[in-house]
Amino acid sequence: MGQPALRQWRGCAAGAVVTSSLDEPNLIAIAGFFIFIVLSLGITYLAARRTHNAEHFYAAGRSITGLQNGLALAGDYMSAASFLGIAGLVALSGFDGLIYAIGFLVGWPIVMFLIAEPLRNLGRFTFSDVVAFRLRQAPVRVAAAIGSLAVVAFYLIAQMVGAGHLIQLIFGLPYELAVIIVGTVMLAYVLFGGMLATTWVQIIKSVLLLVGAFLLAGLALAQFNFNPLALFQAASDQYGPGVLGPGGLVSDPVDALSLGMALMLGTAGLPHILMRFYTVPDARTARTSVSYATAIIGVFYLLTFILGFGAMVIVGQDQIRNVDAGGNMAALLLAETVGGPGFLGFISAVAFATILAVVAGLTLAGAAALSHDLWVHVIRDGQASDQEQLRVARVASALLGVLAIVLGIAFEEQNVAYMVGLAFAIAASANFPALLLSIFWRGFTTRGAQASMLTGTVSSLLLIYLSPTIQVDVLGNAAAVFPLRNPGIVSIPLAFVVAIVVAMVWPEPEAASGFSELERRVHLGDGEPVTDDDFRNS
Amino acid sequence: MNSFDELRRLNAARWRIAIGLTITMMVLYFGFILLVAFRKSLLATLVSPGLSLGILLGALVIVAAWILVWVYVRWANRHYDSGVAALRGRL
Repeated sequence: MGQPALRQWRGCAAGAVVTSSLDEPNLIAIAGFFIFIVLSLGITYLAARRTHNAEHFYAAGRSITGLQNGLALAGDYMSAASFLGIAGLVALSGFDGLIYAIGFLVGWPIVMFLIAEPLRNLGRFTFSDVVAFRLRQAPVRVAAAIGSLAVVAFYLIAQMVGAGHLIQLIFGLPYELAVIIVGTVMLAYVLFGGMLATTWVQIIKSVLLLVGAFLLAGLALAQFNFNPLALFQAASDQYGPGVLGPGGLVSDPVDALSLGMALMLGTAGLPHILMRFYTVPDARTARTSVSYATAIIGVFYLLTFILGFGAMVIVGQDQIRNVDAGGNMAALLLAETVGGPGFLGFISAVAFATILAVVAGLTLAGAAALSHDLWVHVIRDGQASDQEQLRVARVASALLGVLAIVLGIAFEEQNVAYMVGLAFAIAASANFPALLLSIFWRGFTTRGAQASMLTGTVSSLLLIYLSPTIQVDVLGNAAAVFPLRNPGIVSIPLAFVVAIVVAMVWPEPEAASGFSELERRVHLGDGEPVTDDDFRNS
Repeated sequence: MNSFDELRRLNAARWRIAIGLTITMMVLYFGFILLVAFRKSLLATLVSPGLSLGILLGALVIVAAWILVWVYVRWANRHYDSGVAALRGRL
């Protein structure tokens, strides 16, 4: 880990004896890639004809059903980093990969119990709507937008870098061109089709990814009488019983807990995930969609675990390491070994679709923070016509699309899985504490929310900079100021403590008096979409 | 009992369930992480050929997440929604 793995293997594959066709352009992958692009642009065209105002652009006209939104949530969440990264982690270290897989799932029950329904009933387009519900609009929204954009930026870097390497690998295109293609196609979905097109891209991707993972796991397990235990046994026979138990990946217990906290609470602070709850008509549908998402994502990670072991036994660890030291190509190598180049092409196209869908969701969330939170509510004080909102949202999307391309090219050498872990840590520290307290605590205040969101963002970024990953691995220093690789265990409690202390030291009677209305709205919603007037403080 | 008291009761019931389930999920997950961190050899024990205690417990954490979500959805669909429906239009 920590290496720009895919590039590295291109270098070594030239010299090493590798029997994989991974380094040649795969015609089926290219065909699959074009079919997906044509199909998704067709959907975008249809969606564009129905996208006339901000309600359509950000929230798909609140027309998405529970199952659709469940699939789209899963599509927004199951990134190529987890599909390829976790499978690779399992293939090289066995059991340890399961720790990550579980961490990515257990955030969903938390979203369900604490966040989803209140969020749907209180807000309109972004989670800042909820935090600002009874607090002063401008200061809260500025802080929330900073937190959201920090998360979106880190997450975008991870996805764009992953996309660039994957396409470079499969199609033999230069890295920069690959990043530009992904950015441009994604931008077409978002600019013209808004949330409706993005949702359908995510749904299709979700189904493709599940079908692909099921087929691949089925083909791998077919060699073991469809008995996963026989597969694990074979792995244990070949590589020693150590692969079935905890290994060296989690060497520091405190770091393990810190990562666990970030993964569990970060899901409930990811702006692109939270935004999806506004696409459904009511809180009950939001609830249904989380239950579908939790089921789908759980199945997906269990399958990924089996894929990893399948690759370990059927492809072999040496072969996987030969192709990529980080193991990121394990799932693709397994596809080629059990299904031939055609199946490899299919799985590669699925991985590509996966990245496009996640990047589109992220761009939309960033655009909402820029235009809905900053432009409409801070600069225009909530007074913007529908046409103006839509125009600003599109300009913001275009800016973010360009930014995504630039970041993708600038951070080419960054490790993908690590950046995703950081995005979760920032989301858990910057967004989650303020969001939870604003729904839950009568005494919460504007200053408390501001202080919490800024402390969460700054402390997580600072601790990441002081961590061994940056200080030792990147800068080459002998030791790091902060001993942990993930900041969560410090920055999340810190954001909570700062929020509570600041709110208690500077009480805000107006915010407390708005809490009764918030409590009513949490349960009853409004019957109709919440309007801007509801957000304006008297 | 007036409508505001009913709302307050519904609110208290919703948060009681939500917080109880959240704490259960956290205990299970962090319990698993702590075992991974401090009881490595225990988790490496084989329960049956090919199945270590660690893999079994890990899979069970995922199953537990499903069950907790199912418990919440069942409660909300049966009790919470009818409470909300009874209050709608009166508040």
